[in-house]
Amino acid sequence: MSASATAGSSLLKIDPARETERIVGGIREIVFNQLKRKGVVVGVSGGVDSSVVAYLCARALGKERVLALFTPEKDSSSDSLRLGRLVANTLGVRSMLEEISPILHGARCYERRDEAIRTLVPEYGPGYKCKIVLPNLVDANRYAIFSVVVQSPDGVTKKVRLTTEAYLGIVAATDFKQRARKMMEYYYADLLQYAVAGTPNRLEYDQGFFVKNGDGAADLKPIAHLYKSQVYQLSAYLGVPEEIQLRSPTTDTYSLEQSQEEFYFSLSLEKMDFCLYGRNHEIPAAELAPVVGLEAEQVERVYAMIDAKRKVAYYLHASPLLLDRVETL
Amino acid sequence: MQKTDIAQRLRKFVVENYLFGQEGGLKDTDSFLEKGIIDSTGVLELVAHLQESLGITVEDEELTPDNLDSISNVTSYLARKLNIPEGALPSNGTKHLVEKQS
Repeated sequence: MSASATAGSSLLKIDPARETERIVGGIREIVFNQLKRKGVVVGVSGGVDSSVVAYLCARALGKERVLALFTPEKDSSSDSLRLGRLVANTLGVRSMLEEISPILHGARCYERRDEAIRTLVPEYGPGYKCKIVLPNLVDANRYAIFSVVVQSPDGVTKKVRLTTEAYLGIVAATDFKQRARKMMEYYYADLLQYAVAGTPNRLEYDQGFFVKNGDGAADLKPIAHLYKSQVYQLSAYLGVPEEIQLRSPTTDTYSLEQSQEEFYFSLSLEKMDFCLYGRNHEIPAAELAPVVGLEAEQVERVYAMIDAKRKVAYYLHASPLLLDRVETL
Repeated sequence: MQKTDIAQRLRKFVVENYLFGQEGGLKDTDSFLEKGIIDSTGVLELVAHLQESLGITVEDEELTPDNLDSISNVTSYLARKLNIPEGALPSNGTKHLVEKQS
């Protein structure tokens, strides 16, 4: 077994004080010297990633140069706004609330999503809740095919495998949410001559767990190099409220509670972290398996999933492609 | 209808739908995933195509690379699924396998 794998849970340990100083210096350099903006807008969701970014930006630029933006919509958990406010109040940064449901109604986000669901569940209507979920991919060599889970007003749940049409219809409609949020962030960025700070961690950034021109859009992404467990280490060091540190990660996109594992990784984020690290450092599956608590065969499957998702993420990461280089820029 | 016919029709479907008409030396045994030809959304399209054209139901537990990750794998899967002995398929079995896409 290699030294790195033997290290077990210390694989992803960082020196949070040192890393904080490094990131804080980087944010200052990017915002003030490269982008020449006066501060940053951070969309604060009440989750650990956006909270850590808000804390880092406040350290880097001063709390008076950070605007925390809350953008709940009708499917958001009420915890999101409450915890977002807790972050802003604890940090002492300015905050703005922009309820984006009217924008989403204007774009027919909910209607379009519900129409897509009704192609499979005709009775889906007012009072129903929904989410999309992946099967367990680790225990069997299967494709990542989503199902929709709907819950009727009287609490009866039903799960149906998605067709191409329904899957694309649901995703395309719900992507309005991330794009509406980003539109509001850039409104305030324009208003205040600020930059927009994105909040993806490494798992999300690497694996394409973002909406192109939605939460994928930003002027800087200060924690995109950090594995999720490293974000948690920083959150503890920075003093992010404990309730946020202990909160289960959620996409906060669907009306039924949906964990990020259900939506994208089909593995706990902690295990996914180890597997991504193992893949990046070419640790053989058999060596990583005991560290992460999986069988070697399961780790091999996760490695294959990581590679497959990277291929899909290429399009998401791609900037507009030019046919010729524009020499003057 | 023989297995080779299914393979040819599948090849046409794959080339038209995922490779935009550019065959590029695709072999029957090439892994769709490894070659970056089909992602999980592409698998959904393939499954929809098989279900519509053959009137079969692809069960959740059948959504595996062993069944669907190459022209050869899909062909063998369909032969097993349709209970077709090596050599022949019923004439109404795969007649729309490709034509419905055009």
